[in-house]
Amino acid sequence: MIGIIDYGVGNLFSLKSSFEAIGEEVFVSGNKLELREADGLILPGVGAFEDAIAKLKENKLDEFVKEEAAKGKPLMGICLGMQLLFEKSFEYGEHEGLGLLNGQVVPMLHSIPAELKIPHIGWNALHITKECPLFEKLGKDNCVYFVHSYYAEGCDDSLCATTEYGKELTAAVFKDNVYGCQFHPEKSGEVGMKILSSFSALCK
Amino acid sequence: MITKRIIPCLDVKNGRVVKGVNFEGLSDVSSPVELGRYYSECGADELVFYDITASAEGRALFTDILREVAKTIFIPLTVGGGINTLDDFDRVLKCGADKVSVNSGAIRNPELITEAAKKYGDQCVVISADVKRVDGVFRVFAKGGRENTGMEAISWIKSCVERGAGEVVLNSIDTDGVKGGFDLEMLKAVSDVVNVPVIASGGAGKIDDFVELFNTLPKVDAGLAASIFHFGEVRIPDLKKVLRDNNINVRL
Repeated sequence: MIGIIDYGVGNLFSLKSSFEAIGEEVFVSGNKLELREADGLILPGVGAFEDAIAKLKENKLDEFVKEEAAKGKPLMGICLGMQLLFEKSFEYGEHEGLGLLNGQVVPMLHSIPAELKIPHIGWNALHITKECPLFEKLGKDNCVYFVHSYYAEGCDDSLCATTEYGKELTAAVFKDNVYGCQFHPEKSGEVGMKILSSFSALCK
Repeated sequence: MITKRIIPCLDVKNGRVVKGVNFEGLSDVSSPVELGRYYSECGADELVFYDITASAEGRALFTDILREVAKTIFIPLTVGGGINTLDDFDRVLKCGADKVSVNSGAIRNPELITEAAKKYGDQCVVISADVKRVDGVFRVFAKGGRENTGMEAISWIKSCVERGAGEVVLNSIDTDGVKGGFDLEMLKAVSDVVNVPVIASGGAGKIDDFVELFNTLPKVDAGLAASIFHFGEVRIPDLKKVLRDNNINVRL
């Protein structure tokens, strides 16, 4: 059973529905006792990094996520949820992340050509740079749906896919049992569903 | 690089898709869920559901339908029609919409854009503008294109983006329904002054109109249409293949 961590950031309706659509048992909760029973955890998130990490800490969910990851439970961060996995973020200041992965989150502004629009919104091609269990079911051409203004860098040890937007931006990462997607698999059609289904398989 | 998007628009009234559609293999051509699934499977990059219901009962039905659609279709969903307050944003976002499109509601109260962008993020707020030439000037029309607001369109759209709208749907009343191609002049005028995605709407009649759109105006991000998709005059897989053959980057 997959547990989606609810810490008051963003709308989890589509994420929950997408697991249901592929026949996976899933629940949404902010309760550590309930989440501890899950076989795999999803850390979602939209909005600002500072606000998100503060809300995680409010309920001591930051410690909980770290403990569960250390136990070897599969964990997948999505979008801002992926960014939270890193050491720190430079979104409006400097903020400490969960530190489960090496790397930091930095603005696209001034690091991609000025004529490119920010946020990076839309369907973009996934360039797989390293084998990853999440991509096992994918074919050759894969587009996924992105919505973000910041990206992770300095994460070469976990990087497994990039996308080209003025430069190669981090699209997905994994190290041991910790996974992250900058894009939204739950909005990426069939490709996204295959990725979620591969994650679910890791949780069994 | 990011792909150009092809977006079918479905008008929904009292829970049903209006403007009769005719597809083989669809048991219920006016079911938003069935049609949404059909478009999603044939490669639409996004769906726009436009609620043209007037009654409160119809609105409640629309949110039920939206929830059903969002449970079965996993591509971005944009919802418009009757969005006047933050509560309206909240109502459709909770049902699985990813973006909310405002039109007359923003004309009546431009603060709506500011507040919604602050609460839900710029990427969530789409300004949809119905624009028509009046004595050689682009003017914004309200109430589904029936009422001339007298506002100059380019500066209006620019101000909406400054307030936080993360995307612009530009519907040219002049070319709408004519099927002679998109309004390239109007689209250029808008895409020259904003730095957010611009979606072209109104005028597409054939595949070549999309090729011309993206070739002439590389800054335009997406093409939106309704009846040519609904009536099968343009099939999305064919359209995308031709776009790719013309070196326009699309998701296949």
